Amino acid sequence: MPYEPLHASRLPPRAGVGFKSEHYADIMETAPDIGFFEVHAENYMGEGGMPHRMLAELSARYALSLHGVGLSIGATRPLDKAHLARLRRLIDRYKPQSFSEHLAWSTHDTGFLNDLLPLPYTPETLARVADHVDEVQQATGRQLLLENPSTYVLFEESSIDEIEFLDAVAERTGCGLLLDVNNVMVSAVNHGLDPLAYIDRFPVARVGEIHLAGYDETVDGAGDRLLIDAHGSRVREDVFALYRHTVGRCGPVATLIEWDNDVPGFAVLYDEARRADDVLAEEAARHPLPRRA
Amino acid sequence: MGHAATEAAFAAALLDPALPPPAGLTTARGAPDAKRFAVYRNNVVVGLRTALATRFRVVERLVGEEFFALMARAYIAGTTPTSPLLFAYGDDLPDFIEGFAPAASVPYLADVARIEAAVTRAYHSKDSEPLGIAQLAALPPETLGDVRLAPHPAATLVRSRFPVGSIWQAHQHEAVAPVSAPGGEAVLVVRPGLEVGVHILPSRDAVFAGALLEGAALGDAAAQALAADESFDFGAALVGLAGLGAFAGTVTIDKGDKDDGHG
Repeated sequence: MPYEPLHASRLPPRAGVGFKSEHYADIMETAPDIGFFEVHAENYMGEGGMPHRMLAELSARYALSLHGVGLSIGATRPLDKAHLARLRRLIDRYKPQSFSEHLAWSTHDTGFLNDLLPLPYTPETLARVADHVDEVQQATGRQLLLENPSTYVLFEESSIDEIEFLDAVAERTGCGLLLDVNNVMVSAVNHGLDPLAYIDRFPVARVGEIHLAGYDETVDGAGDRLLIDAHGSRVREDVFALYRHTVGRCGPVATLIEWDNDVPGFAVLYDEARRADDVLAEEAARHPLPRRA
Repeated sequence: MGHAATEAAFAAALLDPALPPPAGLTTARGAPDAKRFAVYRNNVVVGLRTALATRFRVVERLVGEEFFALMARAYIAGTTPTSPLLFAYGDDLPDFIEGFAPAASVPYLADVARIEAAVTRAYHSKDSEPLGIAQLAALPPETLGDVRLAPHPAATLVRSRFPVGSIWQAHQHEAVAPVSAPGGEAVLVVRPGLEVGVHILPSRDAVFAGALLEGAALGDAAAQALAADESFDFGAALVGLAGLGAFAGTVTIDKGDKDDGHG
């Protein structure tokens, strides 16, 4: 099953932001110095109109990351062939520098559930996820970056550690990994793990992109801290500290600021991107030679 | 338990708050926690409600956030999205609203929703050059009555007993001006270029526009329009509709049954 990764190109080792259509005029007018923009693939699967115009203009000026949220790679059901074909068309048309999806499921017989739902980590699910990732890469002709999830529950039947699971999928399929540092913090706090230890064990040579976002905080039924992957605020300080540590291990890797709810003006996203850019620049200065193959 | 069973139980409990969380879930403490599963339930419902509220902004303003949330909850319970293309979610919300008894006191709500559903469809629709005035002018007058104009892929006509175009327009700004328009309105949603347009048609053109967009030949549509309102002006109506972008750039003429080559 393993085959040569189909790298077309890669994102620059800079900070990028999630593109929101309400920022389009601002971006076109001010031409901000941003490493890349990331879009949710599903928002550009209509037939025409302004979404495609915006994506064409953006991809002509900036590096582009295509981030899927609807493929349901972790589900038991077969992948949606029509959805794979839509992804292929977007990739062929806009030639993104990166293409990523989630270790999660979102579609069941009842329909599309519009959330990134967790799966148990077992030999059965590992085999299926690897098959699905393989199928996605064959169908799109591109290497996929698979993102580590944020989770609120654990499964009794899980028998494989999450990092080992991700590493095994990458080993079997040649896919890369997207390391979401906010997700690491959310899951570590929610499951009583050490986030630093998670980063230290992560196979950083496989990481093609990093995500940062803001979490919300509540408590569970027993009063324990429960972090929610909310994407509605600035990156929290503990996540940013974990990010510095991550870049120290990974080297300078393209880093996305995700902000999907209560989206502020572009200047706030830009400010967040500059913070991450500073970390990446410091790391690049410390290690003038690339540390990754 | 295999993954298929785990997943089915998870999905069922997500959508039915009366069910307990699925078996087999746990925490680092070693005991399941219903509040944690509730995060997923909440994500699903809030995510879908937000998708609907983003698409149906005026409907939400008309009934208020609280009522909209209740109505959305009822809609979501019966209509899970069938596709991950969420911009298409809610295509049938107008029909649902029409049958939603608690909204019966706002009888124009469903038609306002029809305008908003059409706006999103137009925004994402296939790009297509609309029929130009020069193409119309070049049609041979002797066969004009047999001409059928193809609807532009973005075009939708909403005909209502209520002044829904005026209501929709009044709610595009922060401050809502009182709507004084009497009677019903025909509202044409179009996207001739990149911008979606929402236009209230002159009332005497409504029958004509409706007939043409349903595929009637120009002669038949004009006859219907005249029967409904004898002040109907064929030339003005046709040029007006084409100018808004109601028609695609291909023309068929019944007699001879072929494309006239203007397309």
